[in-house]
Amino acid sequence: MADSPPPTGSVLTVPPEFQYGSIFRQGEAAITGMWLFLAQECLFFGGLFLSWIYCRYWNIAGFDAGSADAQVWIGSINTGILVTSSFVYAMALACIQGGRVRFMTILLGVVAALGIAFLCLKGYEWHLDFADHTWVLDPDFKVKGALEGGAKLFWSFYWISTVLHAAHMTVGIGLVAYVIMCARQGRFSATYHTPVEVVGIYWSFVDVVWLILWPLIYLIGRAS
Amino acid sequence: MNFQLAVASNFAPAVDHILICLLVISGGMLLLVFWLMWSFMIRYRVGSPVDRGAIAQRTWRFEIAWTAATFVVFIGLFYWGAGVYLDEYQPPPGTMKISVVGKRWMWKIEQPGGQREINTLHIPVGQKIQLVLTSEDVIHDFAIPAFRVRHDVLPGRYETFWFTADVPGTYDFFCTQLCGAEHSHMRGQVVVMKPADYQRWLEQDGASQTLVAAGQSLFIQLGCSGCHNGGGTVRAPSLDGVYGGPVPLSDGTTVIADEAYLRDSILFPKKQIVASYQPVMPSFNGVISDADLEKLVAYIKSLGAESPP
Amino acid sequence: MSTTASSTASSTAIERRQISSSYLGEDFRLLSWLTTTDHKRIAVLYLVSITLFFFVGGTAAAFMRWNLISPDGMLRSDETYNRLFTMHGVIMVWFFLVPSIPVTLGNFCIPLMIGARDLAFPRINLLSWYLFVTAGMVVLYALFVGGVDVGWTFYPPLSTNYSNGYVLLAAIAIFVAGFSSIATGLNFIVTIHTLRAPGMTWTRLPVFVWSHYATSLLYVLATPVLAMTMVLLFFERLFRTGVFDARNGGDLLLFQHMFWFYSHPAVYIMILPGMGVVSEIIPCFSHKKLFGYDFVVWCSMAIAVIAFFVWGHHMFVSGQSLYASVVFSLMSYAVAVPSAIKVFNWIGTMHKGFIRFDAPMLYAIGFIGLFTSGGLTGLWLACLAADVHLSQTYFVVAHFHYVMVGGMVSAFFGGLHFWWPKITGRLYPEMWGRAAALIIFIGFNMTFAPQYILGYTGMPRRYASYPPQYQVLNVMSSAGASVLALGYLLPLFYLPWSLFRGPRSVANPWDATGLEWQTSSPPPTVNFYATPIVTWDPYDYKEPERQEQLDYHG
Repeated sequence: MADSPPPTGSVLTVPPEFQYGSIFRQGEAAITGMWLFLAQECLFFGGLFLSWIYCRYWNIAGFDAGSADAQVWIGSINTGILVTSSFVYAMALACIQGGRVRFMTILLGVVAALGIAFLCLKGYEWHLDFADHTWVLDPDFKVKGALEGGAKLFWSFYWISTVLHAAHMTVGIGLVAYVIMCARQGRFSATYHTPVEVVGIYWSFVDVVWLILWPLIYLIGRAS
Repeated sequence: MNFQLAVASNFAPAVDHILICLLVISGGMLLLVFWLMWSFMIRYRVGSPVDRGAIAQRTWRFEIAWTAATFVVFIGLFYWGAGVYLDEYQPPPGTMKISVVGKRWMWKIEQPGGQREINTLHIPVGQKIQLVLTSEDVIHDFAIPAFRVRHDVLPGRYETFWFTADVPGTYDFFCTQLCGAEHSHMRGQVVVMKPADYQRWLEQDGASQTLVAAGQSLFIQLGCSGCHNGGGTVRAPSLDGVYGGPVPLSDGTTVIADEAYLRDSILFPKKQIVASYQPVMPSFNGVISDADLEKLVAYIKSLGAESPP
Repeated sequence: MSTTASSTASSTAIERRQISSSYLGEDFRLLSWLTTTDHKRIAVLYLVSITLFFFVGGTAAAFMRWNLISPDGMLRSDETYNRLFTMHGVIMVWFFLVPSIPVTLGNFCIPLMIGARDLAFPRINLLSWYLFVTAGMVVLYALFVGGVDVGWTFYPPLSTNYSNGYVLLAAIAIFVAGFSSIATGLNFIVTIHTLRAPGMTWTRLPVFVWSHYATSLLYVLATPVLAMTMVLLFFERLFRTGVFDARNGGDLLLFQHMFWFYSHPAVYIMILPGMGVVSEIIPCFSHKKLFGYDFVVWCSMAIAVIAFFVWGHHMFVSGQSLYASVVFSLMSYAVAVPSAIKVFNWIGTMHKGFIRFDAPMLYAIGFIGLFTSGGLTGLWLACLAADVHLSQTYFVVAHFHYVMVGGMVSAFFGGLHFWWPKITGRLYPEMWGRAAALIIFIGFNMTFAPQYILGYTGMPRRYASYPPQYQVLNVMSSAGASVLALGYLLPLFYLPWSLFRGPRSVANPWDATGLEWQTSSPPPTVNFYATPIVTWDPYDYKEPERQEQLDYHG
């Protein structure tokens, strides 16, 4: 609890929790915790991506046959949406560092809206996929013959990974909404805005996961 | 009571030498640890008047010493074990290939000449044998402790290992990878024979064994084993050793179980009910062909004839 | 030693928590316990829960040993036996061994040892307990209603296409329990990084804290892979996705690789905290500085790192590449070196000490003996050709029970006795403590030593019935199990008894040096009324005192 003293002239709007010597140390802990959580997430998704790439290695033709039916235009629009949302989040963080709480709230609203747009598009894509007989248990599965196994495997990975990613997106939108709520209650200032930063790290991570999924689902199969 | 294990293949002495070496090293280290602990516990117990003097300062010298010592020993063990291991799974040319198929819960074995057997593996002594293993359902594992060999048996893949049996005799083999309810019954015997005996077996028993083996497959496929293999909920008499013996019937009479009786019991089970059982068995008349019936009867005749697996 | 205290913390922060006599006496209502964020109370909650699971898993083991008295099995069906050992494995691994020391003793002691008032994230700590209990309820439901018959390793295709047990529920429970572990590990790492008291530098941390740091890294980095494995298994069983099915182009060995990528580090999750406990007990009861502190610390970290690269030694006969096996064998020998070094360091600590034989020390000595035997037989299994003969037999069973039960559970009991006065403020009955330690040591060896021979002579694991030549050793093992059971039951009676009847403990009954002994027993809710400032090294059992005959139990 030997902390650097708060910068002179700052107003502490939130007292630290009782185990911390200062609000700064508390912020440090929160950010370290989020990075560790993301390290955990890397291993979590890492296991999935590694299995994916490993299975594809043995079934390239089947995976590509499956990938050919993926809705590449929705996937690409969604990539754009997510990258934009991360950029807007970074702008929001810059705003609060400059003390502009209101502008930050608006930008975070945009982030949440972009997230919801992503989920809506994703839902529409799932609907198209389902109608396209790409659901693994579909008796009328789209790809037949020698490539059926590989294509089914591709679509299994597709469903598992997109559902997991969408779940992370949903949590992210909830967290952004929570940050907006706190901001409206006036809890953040230029000196204290740790939750904004922590949620931002998480949001960017979910974005990065999608940046791996996008080529895995839509691009690699078309390139070969 | 037997703490010994037969040493019956070319790999058995090699593995046992490694194990003895490991035993000596581990035993030595364990004795050292216990001796040090005991002597310190007695010598330096609180209240002991022994002069303790100054404690060791440059501890890193000890650390480096025992780190280096353990490391050197470990590398030696690694090198030795890896050599034998690579040998076990890289069959030399000129082996005799025997196919082994695992299926819940039995082993189907096919000799190079096409003779089939179930849960028994006949091999000649002194010949390089290579087992080619695959599974029809889950992962099994084919292990022959007396030969110090084993390998998992995977569905959709052909795994292999080889050995040379050195001593004629009968040895256990086991499935050692959990494969479901009757995992512990998925075991059998390797019969190592002199080459001449093996040839004779191939020509005489091998053919009838094939019939018996096919019968056992049917026995399981048709669901007979569900009731007649005893186990938890016994609803039907066990068929071990039934052939040739007297069978008490529910009407108080007794018949001798000859071949005709066995056929009748399969085709018209309600005709003669064994005492103290319910007439619940379905008829197989028209369900199985005459050829299959012959196989089934051959299998039932074989039960209890020698020691069943 | 100087215990200069200074009050640097803001007084308002302390006032927000009512200063009372102790964390136990603050509020007795059940609700206050179930909503507590105090790390000490959560540790007690965890202690109660894992004790329950330990005895559920132990009961399963008792039935298993009973079944194996006869070659044909004493139970009604083989299926029951399969369900019993699956229940034993799942509960003991994920609901006792993996959480055991970290969530109880670690949770209780780490903040005290580093001079903090709580963990970094107290609410996440409570959440982790709720996740654990939820997972535990699900798994108990699954195991009691129908059971799972695939073993704790869940190998497909048995678990995905063939089993008729409650595999899905078990997978969900393990997934949730995994996130409980991750939350705990994350909390510990952040706490150790950010909440050390002034002067508590990294090289002044007790080895207990270091080994929990290493354990937490494994929690955070290995458990998510298990979680993903369980997700894939779940979908495989539910939707036949084909990831682990060769017919669809998947690979069933992929499951084994992913499973052991978690489950081998999990072995070190289980043993590292035990090593931490022993590294506290041995110096205290030898009244001497820990031999080679730096080496012990670095060995913990080395184990945590190498642990990630040895998983393939569970798969020497599985069909993985022969050359992969060779590499994994070499790495397995590499990970054995730091463990061996630690054993020598503990013995070096006893050299020229003033050794007392209170119950914690007896458990610690038992730990060294049993862990060494278990570790040495690990060398046998790391040796490729030897492993071919010994794997999947009772030799493996004996090996990991020596490490996990002989090692880890002894350390857990040792630590529980050591910190019992700190946790409860009462002394346990010393005679009973020593008796239990002795009975456990003897009973343990009676149970598991015969299994080494059983394994060498070829008896496979997970067999409900077995050829008659193995009966004698099995009966010996089962007889030993009854002695072991007695040893484990004893503390269940005398420890709760001491809660009400035991003599009250002073702050530092063992004359130990850790920061946790500087505060009262039991500690107040805030741990330290004034933040301690650390000016001494760990295990600071002073040299000048050495010439005097020590008087203890003052």
